[in-house]
Parts: sequence; C-alpha cells; structure tokens
Amino acid sequence: MATIHDVMPMFALYQPESVADALRLLDRFGTSAWTMAGGMDTFDWLKDRTKRTEAVVELSNIAELQGIRQTGGGLEIGAMTTLTRVETHPLVKERFRLLSEAAGLVASPQIRHQGTLGGNITQDARCWYYRSGWPCYRAGGNICYADTPTAINREHAILNADRCVAVSPSDTAPALIALDATMVIRSASGERTVPARDYFIGPGVDITRLTVIRPGELLTAIRIPDVWAGADFYFEKVRDRQAWDFPLVNVASAIRLAGNTIQSARIVVGAVAATPLRLDRVEAFIAGKPRTAQTAEAAGRMAIEGAMALAHNGYKIPLMRNLVMRAIRGTAPATT
Amino acid sequence: MTEMVQSGVSRRSFIKGAIGAGVAASAAGYLWRTTLSGQDGAAGVVERLITINVNGKDRRVDVLPQETLAMTLRYKLGLTGTKIGCDRGECGACTVLVDDVPRYSCSVLTHMARKSKVVTIEGLEAADGTLHPMQQGVVEEQGFQCAFCMPGFVMAAVGYVKTNPNPTREQLAHGCSGNLCRCQDYDKILTALQRGAELMRRA
Repeated sequence: MATIHDVMPMFALYQPESVADALRLLDRFGTSAWTMAGGMDTFDWLKDRTKRTEAVVELSNIAELQGIRQTGGGLEIGAMTTLTRVETHPLVKERFRLLSEAAGLVASPQIRHQGTLGGNITQDARCWYYRSGWPCYRAGGNICYADTPTAINREHAILNADRCVAVSPSDTAPALIALDATMVIRSASGERTVPARDYFIGPGVDITRLTVIRPGELLTAIRIPDVWAGADFYFEKVRDRQAWDFPLVNVASAIRLAGNTIQSARIVVGAVAATPLRLDRVEAFIAGKPRTAQTAEAAGRMAIEGAMALAHNGYKIPLMRNLVMRAIRGTAPATT
Repeated sequence: MTEMVQSGVSRRSFIKGAIGAGVAASAAGYLWRTTLSGQDGAAGVVERLITINVNGKDRRVDVLPQETLAMTLRYKLGLTGTKIGCDRGECGACTVLVDDVPRYSCSVLTHMARKSKVVTIEGLEAADGTLHPMQQGVVEEQGFQCAFCMPGFVMAAVGYVKTNPNPTREQLAHGCSGNLCRCQDYDKILTALQRGAELMRRA
C-alpha cells in the first residue's frame, strides 16, 4: 500500500521544446538526468522515495516527438504519441490492428490519454520487491528477493531468468516486435536504429535496466515497416482485473497465410521473461504447416520447453502454452 | 480525543491547526531546498510563477517544479472537489479534464498543464448555478454512497461522453474503468452516469 507523502522531493524541471535541447540537457546531466515521457512510471518512483533525481527532463512540449506519420515503407510513430492516439489512429487500425489492440488494453483510459508508446516500452520492471525499494540485484544489490523460498512471485519469470526474475511489463512491446518495428534512438553524438527485439535486454546483459537506452540517449520514434500490414493478427492479454492491470502473460502474433498454410509468422510472448520473447523456433516450426489445432498444439508444447516455475507462478506455463496455441489458431480472444 | 474535547479544542479546529502547521513546515523546507539547489537559465528550465487556466479563468499561482496538478488545485487554488485517493494513478478520484480529456491530476505535473484548459468538478455547473447534466443525472439517480469517488467518476464520464455521446452501459463502464469505488456501488453509479449521458444528449 503506497504511502501518501507531501509533494515529491525537490527536483529541477526542464521542459525543452526541441529534441536538440532535450539531448543537450541529457548530455549535460548524464546519469543524474531523469527522462520523463507521460510520467506514469516516473511518479511512482519519486513519490515512494525509492528513486530520486536532481533533474527531470519532461518531453511533452516537443512537437517533433508527437504524432503518426506515413513514410515511404510504413509508419513512423513519435515516441511521445499517447497510447490513445496509437489505439484510435485510422492508419494504425487499418494496417497494424495488432498494435492498436495492444495499446487499447494498457491500463486505464486516463493512463492511455497520458502514457506514451515510448514510455510503455521503456518503463521499468514492475517487480514489487524492486519497486518497494528492496536492495535487490536490479537495484544494485546482491540478492533477488522474489526468488527466495518464502517469496511471493506470482507475477514473475518462467523463462531466461538470470539472478533477477522480474518480467517485461509492456503490452505494446510484443506487438512491436511481432511487426518487425525499429526503434530510433538519438543522443548528442548522433542517431542509431535498433530492431525492436534488440531494444529489450535481459539481466545477463545489464541487470539494472530493461532496454538498451543509455544515459544521454533518447528514444525518438518507432518505425513500423509495411511488411506485416494487414496480416492475420492476434493479441491477447491475461490479467487479474480487466482494467488497469499489468499482464500476467500476453501474446502477439502476425501470420501470413496461403490458403490454410502458414507461410510465415511472428509470435511474441510478454511478461514471462525480462524481455518480451520472440519464439523463433516455434515460428520456424509452423512455417509451411497447415493452420490447424494440431499444429497449434505442437507449437504450444514447443513454446514452453525449458520453462521453470517459481513457487507461485507455475500457472504461467500452461497459460503461455495455451495463449501460443490460440495465437496460432486465431481463436477470438475471451472478452475483456 | 477525550482530552482535547475537555481542553476546549474541537476535533475540527485541531485538525485545521495541524494542517496549518504542516503547511508552514513544508513551505520552509521547499524554500530552503530551492535556495540550495538553485535554478539556472538553461533552455527549458521552468519558472515557478505561472498562469494556468482552470474552469475558464486564468489563475496566477506559484508552483513548485515537482508539484502535481491535484496538489495545486486543492491546496493552492482551494478547489477541494478534486479528491486525492491513492496519489498513484490507480483510483481515479483525482480525475479532471485537461483539454477535455480525463486525466489523473495526481499524475500530471502542474507545469505540464500550463498551456491547457483544466476543468474540475467545480467548473461543470453553469454560471447561474444550474447543474451540469451529468451532475443532474447523479442527483436524480442517487448514484453514489459515500461519494468520495464521485467527482472523479463524473469528470471521467463527462470526458468519455464527449467522445461517445450515446454509449451502451458496457461502453460507459469501459470509459470509466479507470475509476474505483470502495463502496462497490458500480451498478448504481453506472445507472446515474447513463442518466447523465442521456441528459447531456438532450441539453
């Protein structure tokens, strides 16, 4: 239960109006700068006094980070575009329904009106030990409190755990990976682009962050190529409460069919590991096979190979298997 | 409590006094910290004395960089109709309209709303005191029990109905799914808000 304190501890607030100004500030403050998009992740940390910062760089006044543009080979979505805009934009709905649905299932209306696509994929882990300020691996300590004999770890990882068992909390991330999106990252020294799947990093790479964003860098846009436009899409999010909640497991798939034969597919599962997991082996296995319950069942079994349950999250293994099966069969999701 | 009554201090005046003392103590803290950290002239750094448009009026107000809109509305502008429930963007009691869109005012920095038009529950009624149709709907259907969550629900519903004037009950429930009621009075709340939506369509 969160404690309501007085206002947040003091920080200097910067509201730059251009990416260039924002990058200058991030460069100048380095590790003591806090980049804030919609703020829905930021405020919890600062209000709970779990993390502190000297300088907040708030991005909502930067017009070039907003909006959805058509480019030569697809769509470019500014990182500060709100989830409501992503959900309701005609071009996104028409070509990439997968992303529109995923954005529409995030949190609550008020949060979607303010939370941004860039923020949704860049938000920090939601492990409640970490967020409560326990000195765990992710916070720079040397223990994982969620992986002890008495830990409460119902929401935690079943795959690829490495010391830390926190999971990727994003709903839009699996959709963007399934659509082969590219992240555009800028810093004072230039621009780089990163494929969506490589944007997310596990604890084996760096246990203190979930994305490749380093101090001084800014995610400016997400590019979605037309490769999967209008494909057969499936998105499903399972959560305890049908509003506001983070996913227990979510799945995103894009499939190209010839008749009833699967030509190519992307299947990505979220909230089962520190990064959203693209299931390459399953994708390769189903390519060329008919889209049947039998194919889906074999694929589902393959998806959970190597999964390891903690004390309280064993349910995630059959849940992930079943969601992968549904994502391949394309069954209508349970009403949410 | 008993001792206080005996000493002639009522509960209400005691609480008021305690709030006043707290404000003075915190304010001193902010001034001190501001002096220490200093403010420089780099591009984009915010001024503290700003103007925000609330309920149709420009209000000049001294706002800390880290101050949320809910804090400014309640404690600087006296608009206590906006409630702070969880202060974490979970319960929706602090919902206000920012440029006609429902937002959690506990999770908006006041400085983020500088160029926007903010409407709180106090700004819904007409100049002559006539209730907003959504408020009228709530009165007619007696939708709430303790009603702490009511201003947030009403603001969320007004914002939603602006985008979907004729919602089904299910759509309206989805539109207000960012608000919680601890009395668990959702059924009656929805009936009242549906009535409000109907009155809004007629208005």
